[in-house]
Amino acid sequence: MLAFVVRRLLVALSVAFTVSVVSFMLLHLSGDLATSIAGPEATAEQVEDIRKQFGLDQPIVMQYLHWLWDALHFDFGRSYYFQDTVMGLIGERLPITLTLGGIALAVATLIAIPLGVLAAIKQDTWIDRLALLIAVIGQAMPSFWFGLALIVIFAVNLHWLPAGGNATWQHFILPAIALGYYATPAMMRLTRTGMLEVLGSDYIRTARAKGLNERTVIFKHALRNAVIPVVALMAVELGFMLGGSVVIESVFSLKGLGQLAWDAIARNDYPVVQAVVLIIAVFYIALTFLADVINAMLDPRLRVR
Amino acid sequence: MSQPAVSLSPATSLLPVVPEWRRMLNRVLGHHGLTLGAAVLGLIVLAALFAPWLAPHDPYAQDVSQRMIPPIWHDKGTWDHVLGTDKLGRDYLSRLLYGARISLTIGLVAALISGLIGTTLGVLAGYFGGRVDAVISYIITTRLALPVILVALAMASLVGGSLQVVIILLGLLLWDRFAVVARSTTQQLRDAEFIASAKVLGASTPYILVRELLPNILSSLIVVVTLEMAHAILLEATLSFLGLGVQPPLPSWGLMVAEGKAYMFFQPWVIAVPGIALMILVLAINLVGDGLRDMNAPEGRN
Repeated sequence: MLAFVVRRLLVALSVAFTVSVVSFMLLHLSGDLATSIAGPEATAEQVEDIRKQFGLDQPIVMQYLHWLWDALHFDFGRSYYFQDTVMGLIGERLPITLTLGGIALAVATLIAIPLGVLAAIKQDTWIDRLALLIAVIGQAMPSFWFGLALIVIFAVNLHWLPAGGNATWQHFILPAIALGYYATPAMMRLTRTGMLEVLGSDYIRTARAKGLNERTVIFKHALRNAVIPVVALMAVELGFMLGGSVVIESVFSLKGLGQLAWDAIARNDYPVVQAVVLIIAVFYIALTFLADVINAMLDPRLRVR
Repeated sequence: MSQPAVSLSPATSLLPVVPEWRRMLNRVLGHHGLTLGAAVLGLIVLAALFAPWLAPHDPYAQDVSQRMIPPIWHDKGTWDHVLGTDKLGRDYLSRLLYGARISLTIGLVAALISGLIGTTLGVLAGYFGGRVDAVISYIITTRLALPVILVALAMASLVGGSLQVVIILLGLLLWDRFAVVARSTTQQLRDAEFIASAKVLGASTPYILVRELLPNILSSLIVVVTLEMAHAILLEATLSFLGLGVQPPLPSWGLMVAEGKAYMFFQPWVIAVPGIALMILVLAINLVGDGLRDMNAPEGRN
């Protein structure tokens, strides 16, 4: 098991390194950054000044190594637009996005697991089909639109919750629902499949034969085993949610990491863009690593590869 | 994921021979989700194809005197503008019909580009294994770690958003699932007898991969095509909503939601109409995809 963990950790680290190269190259090669930063009205001289000032006249490999060296010391340089260091900005915004992601994950779990269990217990009845329908419809709604719909219904018409901002915990509820809803279909399906598998197993038959009541069998014996792969999936989904936060945060004007990325993209503030892309990728890599370890603890066959 | 041949239970082989296409048709019609999805998707495709004849107005024609007319189910609605008009007085129904062309084009072309990239990578990894597999699997892992929306937004902002840019970006970003599925199905078939006999007959490797292997993994890949089409359509809408995708005055549904956002508090239908259109389209594509997947795996879903 330890060998597996070490091997996976090495892979995760090298993927993180590759992601840093790829995201750096993508941003530097898809256009002339100096021209973008200078804006459409700048003269050729001004563009050259900016190129020198930001070190964009150096070979791209040197620029990357320079950036990587600083990044390894948690120094992502200064923002071009905000009067702050990139690290300062991220330190300010990251907690908000992590709070949002955490609540969103909680929302997703609270919807997905009960629905998945119910669908498995009532397999092939209308309840099962309804749960599946909710999952299919959930996958079809664009997240920004679902967010706007939540604002119109619960903030504007019903006045139950605030529409945007991040002053109190109530401000996080609607965005968390909008973000978390997208993780529910996959989690629900996995809960359902897991429950069906476990409910058909010998030890459940034994538990029933012992005369335990159905509730104990389902919640104490079956769910506990069916839910572990779902926990691994939750880790991966949280990683996706952090990436999706850019959309939801802009809909709800939540000043988190996603909003920061969005502002930075709109203003060609590329040190910030690069740092946010890398941080979200590293979170994703760490969370998938966690999921791999959880799954390997469960299923020793996975440790061989 | 699925076996290439359709397996028959012993009971059916004793029955009178039913032509293959009839059996397929019965299976399709017996699957309500697939039938419904295909019917709705077919209608949307027809509406998009015949938009110039179906649209009651020019989707770009502005008329300041006809601004923000509500749809027909509101008291102030008129039959002249069944789904109302936007803030510039453009007919909403006409824009919706032309918008279907944008969504379908982006979904289809992006899925084809990403399908080409992903299938090539996946088949090579699955067929050759070893080092090739290690390198390609690493590329897939790296791609999965990149946050798609953020990278697409950043690049669209640098290159400048447009219909073509969105198609190419999504095509270059959404190949991961194709690669994963093509890799695992190829691994299953790599040692199959028909591949071995093609080798014995002296067929070249490209011939084996394209003519022997590919047709047999196609049914799994078509399911991925539907998934990624839906994915690309939603991402295009998102990029356009955020202002970095398809640019005005093109009637992208995501853009229509963005343009209606300022009015949604008093006239919620301005965002409801394009949003529901998006949802129905993606739902139809997903139903078709789920149905095709069920048909590939006769034991049932999951």
